[in-house]
Amino acid sequence: MKTGEKKKRKPRLLTGKNGELLVASPKAWLYLLPPLIIFVLFVFYPMLAVLRTAFYEKYVYIISKGTGFGLASFKYVLGDKTFWLACKNTGILILVALPATVILSLAIALMLNSIKQLQGLFQTLFFTPYVTSTVAIGTVFYTLFHSQHGYINYFLGLFGIDPVAWLTDSSKVIWALCIFCIWNGLAFKIVLFLAGLQKIDKKVYQAAKIDCAKPGKTLFRITLPLLSPTFFMVIIVSVIYVARTYNEVFALFTSVNSQTAGSGNCAITIAYYIYYYFFVRGEVNYAAAAAVLFLIVIMSLTILQRVISRKFVHYY
Amino acid sequence: MKIKDTRGAVLTALKYAALTIGALILFFPFIYMVLSSLKTAYESTAIPPIWFPAKPQWENYAYAWNLKPFLLYYRNTLAVCAISVAGTLLFSVLGAYAFTIYEFPFKNVFFILFMLTMMVPEEMLIIQNYETIADLGLLDTFLGIALPSLANGFYIFMLREYFTQMPPALFKSAKVDCCPDFKFLWKVVIPMNKNAIATIAILSFIGQWNAFMWPNMVTRSDEHRVITSGLMTFRNMASANYHYLMAAACITVIPMVIFYVLFHKQIISGVANGGIKG
Repeated sequence: MKTGEKKKRKPRLLTGKNGELLVASPKAWLYLLPPLIIFVLFVFYPMLAVLRTAFYEKYVYIISKGTGFGLASFKYVLGDKTFWLACKNTGILILVALPATVILSLAIALMLNSIKQLQGLFQTLFFTPYVTSTVAIGTVFYTLFHSQHGYINYFLGLFGIDPVAWLTDSSKVIWALCIFCIWNGLAFKIVLFLAGLQKIDKKVYQAAKIDCAKPGKTLFRITLPLLSPTFFMVIIVSVIYVARTYNEVFALFTSVNSQTAGSGNCAITIAYYIYYYFFVRGEVNYAAAAAVLFLIVIMSLTILQRVISRKFVHYY
Repeated sequence: MKIKDTRGAVLTALKYAALTIGALILFFPFIYMVLSSLKTAYESTAIPPIWFPAKPQWENYAYAWNLKPFLLYYRNTLAVCAISVAGTLLFSVLGAYAFTIYEFPFKNVFFILFMLTMMVPEEMLIIQNYETIADLGLLDTFLGIALPSLANGFYIFMLREYFTQMPPALFKSAKVDCCPDFKFLWKVVIPMNKNAIATIAILSFIGQWNAFMWPNMVTRSDEHRVITSGLMTFRNMASANYHYLMAAACITVIPMVIFYVLFHKQIISGVANGGIKG
């Protein structure tokens, strides 16, 4: 009886690459369609729509209709000083704030990994910023950075440093943003690095000890190479996350009346630029052109990192 | 040998000292927030700082609570989170299951497309999604806030990893017993992976509670405003009153801190194994 049934079903059953059983049945669509519909509606369709919008020659906001096909929006965006400022600020975040966060979190994770007591407590403490809202803590930093009443200038004053107008001086705003982004990014990286360190086989260290390897040598020749998969995973996730910085800018700088990122948009990032042109100024085609450029940058960053990681990562 | 021991002890002491200082610096904004929320207007802005309030001003919380409807914001945020968590779980389980046990045309293409959704920045999508949500008549509704992020490529990918690690013999014997695919999902796959599914629920809850850009864009009235967006509207009204501002920030953060205290093990291991957000 059972074998008979099995025979009837046999054409619908396949064996996968790893010996697992696969069912060839149209029922698959019942499971696949719900998420697929959401993706089509809210990811793939908007991607194509934004791509189309970016190539309109003219866009009339009131009726949300565009006409023509051309590069006018890209020309405008690429000629816009604010866009280049946004690129510069985003670039500083990626090149300064991100490496600083990575180094700090790696150092903290290495120390955490080497202590025996209270490791769990420290880890729990260090991870707290991950669960707290960026705009809420951004509001805290907004008061801490105040040039007269903020405690950061008070601390700097103890070391004889003159008050800095963190939130209003257009040459200083990016550093305020960097400090907040570093603080905000530590939690996630500490936990990932610590998890990566704990995955390394203890026997490797025992072997190093038997060979009397110096601590520095153990760190650079054993720990860091074996940590490289985690390292690149963290970098790949973080570069994209930092490139998309928006909440931090909003919480620190957005002025109520004009909705600019600081006076004259001095603290603007690319993500904020897209938001600003779309939502505040209603120049949808310019926002779309910036978004397309942004997507190209993010995609190429990701591909670049994949190529680099393939060369340098030690998998074990 | 003796010298080495003392050196080791000093090194360990230094490590603990460095970690404690690091934790204090990292925690300073939280300490400052709580202390300032209990100060008077003068105490909160005085330089040099008055670290501790002479008398805790609990009425700051009452003031903030009454200036903006924070209770309503809590309820709204919970409603959005409920939709978001339920939807995310449903769509992630369905999607991951489809890729685990079925063979269908263009399976690989669909899988790559699903993975690609992780690379597309939300900032690009808001431009069109705002119009879509408006056309659906969902502006300023809970569903409008939650809908665009209900399906998540990362969670589908993560769950599929867990599902494919189950022993293949299980599914084979289910097929021999003519167990329907849905029953197998409901009775075997979900119970066996309940930890992974709970992790997704917890992480998506945290994510939705703290989400700001999209919820802030699509809500216009307090009636549907979530807590992060409510805090920013509060900030516009309270402006330079740091003590009120910090009380409101505490109101925003406290539920998540309690949640974190309750579930910290699962949250940390969930992030350590998955890795989302930078």
